[in-house]
Amino acid sequence: MDLLFFLILFPFIAAIVLLIIKSDNVRGAVVGVSALLIAAVSVWLLAAYATSGTVFFPVSPEPMGEMMFLIGMGIALFILYMGVRYKNYIAIALTIIQSALMVYFEFGISHGVVPENNFFVDQFTIIMALIIGVIGSLICVYAVSYMKDFHKHHPELKDRRRTFFFIMFIFLTAMFGLVFANNLAWLFFFWEITTLSSFLLIGYTQTDEAMKNSFLALNMNLLGGLAFAGALIWLASTGGGMELDKLIATGGIIALVPAVLISFAGITKSAQFPFSSWLVGAMIAPTPVSALLHSSTMVKAGVYVMVRFAPVLQGTTPGYMIALVGGFTFLLASAIAISQSNAKKVLAYSTIANLGLIVACAGIGTYEAIWAAILLIVFHAVSKSLLFLCVGTVEHQIGSRDIEDMNGLITRMPKVAVMMLIGMAGMFLAPFGMLISKWAAIRAFIDAPYGVIFVVILAFGSALTVFFWAKWMGRLISVPPPAEDAERRVSPTEWLVLSFLAGLMVLTTVLFPLISSYLVEPWLLTIYGHVTLLAQENVVIMLIMLFLLMVLPISMLYYRKDHRQVKPYMGGMTTTSRMHFTGSIGIDREVTLGNYYLESYFGEQKMSKIGIPLCVVLLAIMFAGVAVAGLMH
Amino acid sequence: MSIIYALLFLLLAPVAGGLIAGIDRRITARMQGRVGPPILQAFYDLGKLFEKEKVVVTNSQNFYVLCYLVFIALSGALFFGGGDILLVIFAFTLAHVFLVLGAYASNSPYSHVGAERELIQLMACEPIIILAAVGMYMVTKSFYVADIAASNIPLIVFLPGLFAGFLYILTMKLRKSPFDLSTSHHAHQELVKGVTTEFSGPTLGCIEIAHWYEAIFLLGFVYLFFSWSPVIAVIAIIIIYVFEILIDNTFARVKWPLALKSSWLVTAVLGILNLAALYIIGGFLK
Repeated sequence: MDLLFFLILFPFIAAIVLLIIKSDNVRGAVVGVSALLIAAVSVWLLAAYATSGTVFFPVSPEPMGEMMFLIGMGIALFILYMGVRYKNYIAIALTIIQSALMVYFEFGISHGVVPENNFFVDQFTIIMALIIGVIGSLICVYAVSYMKDFHKHHPELKDRRRTFFFIMFIFLTAMFGLVFANNLAWLFFFWEITTLSSFLLIGYTQTDEAMKNSFLALNMNLLGGLAFAGALIWLASTGGGMELDKLIATGGIIALVPAVLISFAGITKSAQFPFSSWLVGAMIAPTPVSALLHSSTMVKAGVYVMVRFAPVLQGTTPGYMIALVGGFTFLLASAIAISQSNAKKVLAYSTIANLGLIVACAGIGTYEAIWAAILLIVFHAVSKSLLFLCVGTVEHQIGSRDIEDMNGLITRMPKVAVMMLIGMAGMFLAPFGMLISKWAAIRAFIDAPYGVIFVVILAFGSALTVFFWAKWMGRLISVPPPAEDAERRVSPTEWLVLSFLAGLMVLTTVLFPLISSYLVEPWLLTIYGHVTLLAQENVVIMLIMLFLLMVLPISMLYYRKDHRQVKPYMGGMTTTSRMHFTGSIGIDREVTLGNYYLESYFGEQKMSKIGIPLCVVLLAIMFAGVAVAGLMH
Repeated sequence: MSIIYALLFLLLAPVAGGLIAGIDRRITARMQGRVGPPILQAFYDLGKLFEKEKVVVTNSQNFYVLCYLVFIALSGALFFGGGDILLVIFAFTLAHVFLVLGAYASNSPYSHVGAERELIQLMACEPIIILAAVGMYMVTKSFYVADIAASNIPLIVFLPGLFAGFLYILTMKLRKSPFDLSTSHHAHQELVKGVTTEFSGPTLGCIEIAHWYEAIFLLGFVYLFFSWSPVIAVIAIIIIYVFEILIDNTFARVKWPLALKSSWLVTAVLGILNLAALYIIGGFLK
């Protein structure tokens, strides 16, 4: 109990302190110590509750409920103010409707409902808390030195670092609250705080583009929030109760309607088609924000609630529609990633794609699919945070985030390049995490009714995935003529965080059988009464592969000896110096190499034109399905 | 999983692969009205490669080729050892990614083009291979190669579409015309030797051995479709390989967009129809 309160309240206290502090050094120390404490307590939570199953914490709804309502109204007023100031009428309209709904909920119908078990911890919560507590706080540590550099690179921007760190830690508080809440009204409160925090972080630089993108994110997430508020009203008026665990145990139409509404909110939050554009726009924010949004917070909140409601969605028409939205998002976003050369955009689309896969698993909702979904959440969080932070470091050193400019990074920034390679391998290659999860997803889909559709989507989607990661890897490792070492200027803090995450990437791959058997499987057993078991020999083979990948680089030592180095072949022309050749009439020409982006096949516009209408139709069928079921009830 | 079969594969596959390469060259020569080299020519060539000087553009390129060889051998060994077919496919993809990285590493124009095209081919082939494995699972209820091979069900009867799709990309995987886009057995003007342009001597020898492993693995995959009767399976493999040689000699190379589009179309149409049919049949049988 104390651990829970610590994790929810401590980041909040740290946030307040960071809002006050002006000195760079003190700020660094406060962030470091707080991050360490949060991470340590998250691990402590694991030690304390890993084997105790689901534990509920009865907390009196008075006065917490009232406080949350008041803060919620305060947030609404703030958004109204921002909406008026920046003349964004959609945001104003959405906020007014939502506030009206919440006032109706609070004073009109929620009085008979007195939930007791407002907080809880189970194995899935522990996994989420570890992701938030360890990866989230590492990103905050990284942000200290990154933001210092950021303002050095952008002297034209106002230094609002105090607000920045304040919101970063508020984000952690909200995420902890969200995963510990068993009372859906409370969960919604934390949900709305994540929406607000991401709005403020995306708009951090306050440029026109940043404000535009932050309002896009805000409006899409407010739309989702509206659906969430609708779910609360349904529950209060039908007597479904506010407790998540009881609701899922009840099942049936009473649970299906809120499950679908909240999943719609989840789809907006985890940036599925047609709502993907907000997450792509969010890359305007400083890189640590992207890392936080993509790996351990925001989008993970979306898939978290969907996985929670998966048992209710299983086998229903709306469930299949949700799964299809996820499946098509996976396929199309992977295709778009091929056509992008901006590293952060590639990462953004890859996030959207992988979340799509998680959403597909949640919509299918069988125990095998959920096993895959949870592993995807874990591995994606580790790889993506590592990749974003690497790109951030590279950008500050070479002054570009374009993949083509990262040519030969292995010679210019060898250590960062190796870490990036580890992160990318983690995203698509055997025996690393994401691939294990995709493998599990294939098995889950085959055994599910109508699962063949998803198997086909996955087969094509993973082929696309291989293409865009491998060509990026190719850029990093190609060895061009010697260039200056750009790595020396990277700060020790950044090194610390990057090395830690790279280590974590390998560690989770080694330890995933334990994560599965001590956390995921027992959890599935309590929810479904079944578990998936990993074949022992496959685990052994994967560990052998991992071992080989770690040992084989030693062969580099051998290849350094007695090999004569020559220049690349340039088609019969004499190579005058490296990567130059003598062209016609004796002109010296330089060779430049670029990747294929297949824009005409997989362009952003082209794919979005397919994805957005398709997923709008699917969502419409989803709502129609649940409306019909609701009316029949 | 049987370790003996895995070990036998590791030892014998290069021999069998080299022999097949030798026979391939002989048949090709006869088709073109030439006498052709001795059957063992492939081994003579390999021996010669290992005596050549070690020349590199960059030291790291050899490391990637070593990884390519190791993981191709590993995926073949897993396959013949009766392991999980999906894991085999993933290890196989990993191996190819290493070959591509090796080509990228040298930063040479021709190997760069080869690497890009090799990746496109990888993207073209991957879906049907996965779907074929899924089809095999739907019929035999197992992902283990050992169980699939031991089942008495004639898979080819249930999976004709997936088999045809697999044959389509087999040409690509065996690096035969019209799909020898990323590298080929012969030098081409615009591509030189593509992926393998910057490799020479012992490293090129390693790539050659990896190709032989790969060929045997792919023919093993074909075997699974016919595994209820080993005699028919061997005959089918021979016919299919000769057919591949015939295609190789009668078709001109196509451009990569056509290779990608056509193989995805074949996969989408034949693969999905086949799986849908299986699904419906499976529903009736329940």
